[in-house]
Amino acid sequence: MLDMGQQLLLKNINVPGIQSLEVYEAQGGYQSLRKALSSMKPEQVTEEVKLSGLRGRGGAGFPTGMKWTFLDRKSGKPIYLVCNADESEPGTFKDRFLLEHIPHLLIEGMIISSYAIGAHKAYIYMRGEFAWIFPILEKALDEAYKAGYLGENILGSGFSLDLYAHPGAGAYICGEETALLESLEGNRGNPRLKPPYFPAVMGLYDCPTVVNNVESLAAIVPVLELGGEKYASIGIGKSTGTKLISASGHINNPGVYEIELGLPVEEFIFSDQYCGGIPRGKKLKAVIAGGSSVPILPTALILNKANGEPRLMSYESLADGGFQTGTMLGSGGFVVMDETTCIVRNLWTLARFYHHESCGQCSPCREGTGWMEKVLYRIEHGLGKKSDIDLLIDVAKKIEGKTICPLGEAAAWPVSSAILHFREEFEYHVQFPEKILNPKHFEFEPFVSQKKEVSLS
Amino acid sequence: MKVTSYHTTTDIPPIFNQTSSERVATIISRYPTGKEKSALIPILHLAQDEFGGWLSPSTMDYVASLLNLKPIEVYEVASFYSMFNLRPVGKYVLEVCHTGPCSLNGSDDIIQFLKNKLNINAGETTPDGMFTLKTVECLASCGTAPMMQIGKHYHEKLTPASITQLLDDLRAKHPNA
Ligand SMILES: Cc1cc2nc3c(=O)[nH]c(=O)nc-3n(C[C@H](O)[C@H](O)[C@H](O)COP(=O)(O)O)c2cc1C
Ligand code: SF4
Ligand code: FES
Repeated sequence: MLDMGQQLLLKNINVPGIQSLEVYEAQGGYQSLRKALSSMKPEQVTEEVKLSGLRGRGGAGFPTGMKWTFLDRKSGKPIYLVCNADESEPGTFKDRFLLEHIPHLLIEGMIISSYAIGAHKAYIYMRGEFAWIFPILEKALDEAYKAGYLGENILGSGFSLDLYAHPGAGAYICGEETALLESLEGNRGNPRLKPPYFPAVMGLYDCPTVVNNVESLAAIVPVLELGGEKYASIGIGKSTGTKLISASGHINNPGVYEIELGLPVEEFIFSDQYCGGIPRGKKLKAVIAGGSSVPILPTALILNKANGEPRLMSYESLADGGFQTGTMLGSGGFVVMDETTCIVRNLWTLARFYHHESCGQCSPCREGTGWMEKVLYRIEHGLGKKSDIDLLIDVAKKIEGKTICPLGEAAAWPVSSAILHFREEFEYHVQFPEKILNPKHFEFEPFVSQKKEVSLS
Repeated sequence: MKVTSYHTTTDIPPIFNQTSSERVATIISRYPTGKEKSALIPILHLAQDEFGGWLSPSTMDYVASLLNLKPIEVYEVASFYSMFNLRPVGKYVLEVCHTGPCSLNGSDDIIQFLKNKLNINAGETTPDGMFTLKTVECLASCGTAPMMQIGKHYHEKLTPASITQLLDDLRAKHPNA
């Protein structure tokens, strides 16, 4: 086991000049690539990744090594690797941190991954708003070409790869992998139907394609450095390795943290090594643990599972209890809310987000997200009716499972979970509209639940 | 809208200068033969930067001609993405994030402050054509909220004082505006 504080991805992040190839190499950079190209067959690299237990860091947590083995290798078509650097899930800003500060880690990970899957062209699809990161990335790519890590016959291995950065232009939906591929082909970002458009079979330009998140691809470097087995010994159970957590909201130390999976949530929130607790002596009210799409949990359920055991930062522990009492690790966007937060108001901003970002292809999502936004607006602005609360649940239910892509669920879950855990607060809004006229209604007098207090210790 | 003048209108068909033309060629070369349409979004960014901060119909037609596309293929893409302006905008577009995590840390106050200071609403441009105010969704900067994007840069941990300074600095760059 590593120390909780020990790091795999960010260990050199504070070394001055780590953005540059020279410093990155001086810290041992590109050794994993050298090892792979000089002493391993592509299948052996994939085998190490499988052994490592690494799971996709983009949100769904699908095992990376297994994803690579799904590639259709019989088609005879070229294979592509595409890095998902669209990072637009509210609460998530960890990929940006890697791209901006240690671009060579991603580039090294992508070269190794391309070697493993047999790709000779790879793209980094980065959200267009990261405009100032493009020059950083292009400089790093340039350095890698000049050093012989990219281009023809890399390090004399016979393996060749071209790697390019490609901008998006403002659309959350382009983080969904098939929408991303549409966008990369120069189209509107409309998600594709699966089947037949599984990227591993019919991906970019209808060719077999692997789409992986920035952090997943960067993690390939330590996987090879340590070996799959050693990597798998870090973390807890099937949540192996380390995970970057983007921490924001009402905490003393917002930022990006690399944690060993299995860290207790309570320690993450309150330890000075991480979030450092809640400012101004306020009480914790709720947490969205894995980006805006995952269910929100109240204090009692985020700190402890329903059975009273401490909740841990891992795929399994956060999901324990399912929709009723659990949530998801998702992208690791950890949003903390103190007692002054109005759950309805926060949810309204998220509903507005999903409405704005729906691509509009499926009626349940296009109409449903708009409807939920409107209803939440009126509840939050003192114009709601009691029946609106059940209406919201009904609309959310009618989106779930009835759409082309998971944005539908991503929009529905926050609504159903907020009502499940904070129904009283919605009722208060429709019952006492005069008390919520000030947009900061709970700032001075936090909402107090009349339900019996659940003991936290 | 309170707009009386814009800093650029493109009645003359736009043409990329030498440097940008070379850039266009480099971008196109990154995609396989026959898949040049992939270059559309990168080139639209370049065009928006070069031709007045927005994509006029003539700019989009010009981009279509560069990639052998029908104009409609460019319009439908340009209209999908929030970064492309299909109407003229001020010299500086202030894009303030108002999604959940930012709103927990005061983005509503920041937006109100900007509205008062510039005397415009979100979606409007100041009469001198300097500033357009926009609200946008999460920009992956939630840990440094409240924040806004101006052009290619993020401005984070905003306060009324830092915004005042920022706007003064931007105005000072254009003494005759
Ligand atoms: C609406 C929506 C938005 C998404 N946004 C992102 C994103 O910004 N970044 C990302 O890596 N994955 C995102 N995903 C997940 C991708 O579809 C895909 O699962 C992921 O890129 C796979 O990489 P991984 O296996 O390495 O996690 C999103 C999914 C959905 C449905
Ligand atoms: S669920 Fe929403 S975002 Fe996804 S394809 Fe349908 S309309 Fe588009
Ligand atoms: S919510 Fe504003 S940057 Fe993420």
